[in-house]
Amino acid sequence: MTGALKVVRAGLFDTVQDLGRIGFMALGMPTAGAMDRVGLALANALVGNAAGTAGLEIGVMGPDLLVEADNVRVALVGPLSPALIEEPDAPPKPLDSDRTHLLKRGQVLRVGMVEGSSTAYLAIAGGWALPAFMGSLSTYARAGIGGFEGRKLAAGDVLPLKLEQAPPGDELRLGAPFDYGSGPIRIVWGPQDDYFSARGRKTFVESDYRVSKEADRMGIRFEGPTIEHSKGADIISDGIGPGAIQVPGAGLPIVLLGDRQTVGGYSKIATVASADLPRLGRLLPGQTVRFTAVTVEEAETLRRDQEARLKRAIAELAIARPPGGIDLARLYEENLIDGIVYEAAG
Amino acid sequence: MSVRYLSCGDTAFTVEFGNEISPQINGQVMALHAAIGAAKAAGKLEGVVETVPTMRSLMVTYDPIATSRTDLQPRIDALIAGGLKAGPKSRRVTIPCCYDDPEFAPDLEEVAKRTKKMPEQVIAGHLASPFQVYVLGFMPGLAYIAGLEQDLYLPRRSQPRVRVPRSSVGIAMNMTTIYPFESPGGWHLIGRTPLWMFDQRREQPVFLAPGDSLSFQRVDRRTYDRIAREVEAGRLDWSSLVKT
Repeated sequence: MTGALKVVRAGLFDTVQDLGRIGFMALGMPTAGAMDRVGLALANALVGNAAGTAGLEIGVMGPDLLVEADNVRVALVGPLSPALIEEPDAPPKPLDSDRTHLLKRGQVLRVGMVEGSSTAYLAIAGGWALPAFMGSLSTYARAGIGGFEGRKLAAGDVLPLKLEQAPPGDELRLGAPFDYGSGPIRIVWGPQDDYFSARGRKTFVESDYRVSKEADRMGIRFEGPTIEHSKGADIISDGIGPGAIQVPGAGLPIVLLGDRQTVGGYSKIATVASADLPRLGRLLPGQTVRFTAVTVEEAETLRRDQEARLKRAIAELAIARPPGGIDLARLYEENLIDGIVYEAAG
Repeated sequence: MSVRYLSCGDTAFTVEFGNEISPQINGQVMALHAAIGAAKAAGKLEGVVETVPTMRSLMVTYDPIATSRTDLQPRIDALIAGGLKAGPKSRRVTIPCCYDDPEFAPDLEEVAKRTKKMPEQVIAGHLASPFQVYVLGFMPGLAYIAGLEQDLYLPRRSQPRVRVPRSSVGIAMNMTTIYPFESPGGWHLIGRTPLWMFDQRREQPVFLAPGDSLSFQRVDRRTYDRIAREVEAGRLDWSSLVKT
């Protein structure tokens, strides 16, 4: 029998996601995939998985998962409230995010609430033993495909693991939380910025927009000042790229994310720079953003810089201090800096 | 031929061939879709991820780590300047359709009334229309199939249905479509095919592809039921419906 994690209590919207179902948009197939690819990449790196391995995307509130394997190495990346680990006859212990943990049979991982973000990621060393559909494990719930039975997790689901035992190795932690950036969300004008008046474009980049309650894996509907069209809201349908910002007739912007349709008939004033898509994927209803324009070349450079920083963060993963133990790496670093001679202390 | 390049952020751009729906423009879209596909298959155009054809434009998605807009756009220009050959021979697909059951064709009478025809003439017009798949979208496997006979043009229903059964065949404007899932919909339903436009058990889950030539073949309820059973059981020989 293979190892598994059993959902003993469902969260709000937890789905298996990888980097998306790539190459089938021409057949009308949305890419889906992680809302915050940086978070998924870091979680995978911590447990030693390839970057594109599917993890569990935690939407707002995570599940309780019972370990039904000898042991399993997990990493939670994202701000949690915190997660707890429970076992019979012992009080629950907090489980830090941004590092790996070795969980044992019979323990229950209570992921809990994501705080200050809408998404967090759970990666499992070795990944899930689930069938890929069209080359991807990403769940696209609207069509019931991918992931675990094509849907968000429910109580009673048993998620099979590829590995019965975690590979040997140290527990790792992130050197520092990843900097997603702050300030206005960077956008590139187009594809249909010429469908908007100069006043409409100015409104868009000079106003605050609040994330409405209508925010999910498909997109985020914003509330704020209405954006004036000059040539109308309707176009002959064309392709919708990731982060496209469509503005229907009512004049309010909708940013389209992973589960977006492949084509659409509303004019799109701008597109979010890909480096800022992970930030979009973490926004919560009620949060306010501004948008600011950059060129295509600037957006490409932002993305390349972000990839370089992500690579560095992965190269700088450190050995995690075992609970109550000594973090030797940190100890040596501090010795080098402050010059304390350790032998003298002993 | 002049095209417009429209920015879609730093991971995509749209090559717009025109701002109207015409077979000529769509032909160019499909030819560039095929040309980029062939160049990619030959190991050229590194960094291009995929292309998304629509009625009048082609979206090209790319990986900004592997390439850049500045590098890519001249190469697409060169492909266009080199002359786009008509795309690969389009497949000819036959779709069995049952028009006879009122449950399958709840709007047939109304379409007939509004186009001043007999229901049989509406069916004959649908069967005679030289259809072509222009674009897939809205939901996986949903094809916008243009070429409906002109005297059957009607706008969409003013009151969309909340629930349209899977595999319903509808018409609206100059197009026909086949619903891949049960979903809301505003097209006039004049028949139903026993085929599933999306079947995740199949290696190619989506049956239709952009560029396909398509015609409907009338089947009676018994034939419909027989094919429907084969589809349900995963026993249908789909290749018998396609000529290349």
